[in-house]
Amino acid sequence: MKLTRRNVLGLTVGAVAFAVAGARITPAFASVEETEKSIMDFTGGAAPAEGRITLTAPEIAENGNTVPVTVTVDSAMSGDDLVESIIIFADGNPNPAVATFHFSELSGAALATTRIRLAKTQNVVAVAKMKDGSVFIDKKQVKVTIGGCGG
Amino acid sequence: MASKPRIKVPKSASAGEVITIKTLISHEMESGQRKDKDGNPIPRQIINKFTCTFEGQMVFECDLDPAISANPYFEFNAKVPASGTFKFTWLDDNGSVYEAEESIEVN
Amino acid sequence: MKRLLIAGLALAAGLAAASWAAAEPVDDTLEIDGKPMITRAKAPEGLPFDEVLSGWLYREAETRDLERDSFENPAMVSVEDGEVLWNKVDGTAGKSCATCHGDAAESMKGIGASYPKWDPDSKRPINVELQINKCRTEQMGAEALPFDKGGQNELTAYIKYHSLGMPVGIDLAEGDMQSWWEQGKELYYTRTGQLNMACASCHEANAGKFIRADHLSQGQVNGFPVYRLKSGFTSLHNRFRGCIRDTRAEMPKAFSDELMALETYVTWRGTGLSIETPAVRP
Repeated sequence: MKLTRRNVLGLTVGAVAFAVAGARITPAFASVEETEKSIMDFTGGAAPAEGRITLTAPEIAENGNTVPVTVTVDSAMSGDDLVESIIIFADGNPNPAVATFHFSELSGAALATTRIRLAKTQNVVAVAKMKDGSVFIDKKQVKVTIGGCGG
Repeated sequence: MASKPRIKVPKSASAGEVITIKTLISHEMESGQRKDKDGNPIPRQIINKFTCTFEGQMVFECDLDPAISANPYFEFNAKVPASGTFKFTWLDDNGSVYEAEESIEVN
Repeated sequence: MKRLLIAGLALAAGLAAASWAAAEPVDDTLEIDGKPMITRAKAPEGLPFDEVLSGWLYREAETRDLERDSFENPAMVSVEDGEVLWNKVDGTAGKSCATCHGDAAESMKGIGASYPKWDPDSKRPINVELQINKCRTEQMGAEALPFDKGGQNELTAYIKYHSLGMPVGIDLAEGDMQSWWEQGKELYYTRTGQLNMACASCHEANAGKFIRADHLSQGQVNGFPVYRLKSGFTSLHNRFRGCIRDTRAEMPKAFSDELMALETYVTWRGTGLSIETPAVRP
């Protein structure tokens, strides 16, 4: 194929179509604002502090369909020092809600691991609510790779 | 989906010991975001709640949204005062309830 | 114009190819439930590699961890489904697999590591899936299982799981295996499809590099059926067809002569690697 102007145009259109198709399959994604609103609903309006809660997630997820995440809170899990619940959000998914974990003294420790779906590179956010009403937050960015053929 | 849920609970523990429990159930977790070959949306059908109780008392619960991966997996802890039985339940959007039990000896 | 658009797509892919970056497989060891796996083996004579490497070594840490513990491996539910099928009576003879073969832990040990195998009746190599169908039609009076259906992959994984950790080693001296191996080799190096790629383009010439965000492995098949993070429990011929589709070529049918030749050759390329069924891959 000779690189005439017409051909080059065709090639460019093809490459652009490729890029646009990539963007077009993206459904309406939840905004960061929507996640922040949901966090406020969960905390009852209290601004969460950093610390005590640790969210562990891969820096790079090989596929967004199965991303392991672990959340832990430093807590004695007895008396008043008890984690009641932890909520997980993914702020770039079509719907930011992922899961809510509930604990009790029988939990022994505030820890939960599960596997989640991430539609694209985004922040995963975990917020813990303590029995005394205090709230804590941690956030990790997970890069989701879009494979050439494995993906 | 005839598969039995997979559950890992230690057979025994000492009093006051924090043990690790793992569970996995076979389920598509149809998110409601996908379309079939004709372009019609595939309705959502997920496990929406998982609970673990010990002798009737809550140990761990999870409310699941469609962002939980297929074949939902959970790992969590428990600290139980005496020998007894853990009961696990998974609630499906279609009304099905999947249940399982595991006993532990505490000495 | 349509052709030009396609050429444009190919160009886009080509540009991505130009940004292939080197990344070595990791230096890590795999034990599954404490059982050591051979993930690096001396390459069989005739391969351009010094070592054959399991695809496990090309994965990110989180994916590698999913395979270390049989409880955390999402495909183990499928292996358990396979066990149910092993014991299930089907067909006019009133038999199950277990009727003749008893405890799979004993009778199937090593079997998964030795297939594809020469089948003198059909005069071609057969894999575990086709052996199951042979048993079903000839011994059980049951229908052959269609590709990817009826528990074919679950039963195959259950049988192969009993060879977990055992080195892959197929017998090319049997029957006409050698000429099927030759045909498979021919296919492996033949460029095909609109993107004009051979298996070797990715899995030999560029193994260890990235194609867009994908870390290309040697394309070993010692872990099939595998759990793919993308699509769940996946058979080998499904994966072969997916790779071929991605070169924009016509896909041969599952269990066709082409794909059986390719399975024979590609299995040989992984000689010495442990069976990892069901492996976990992206």
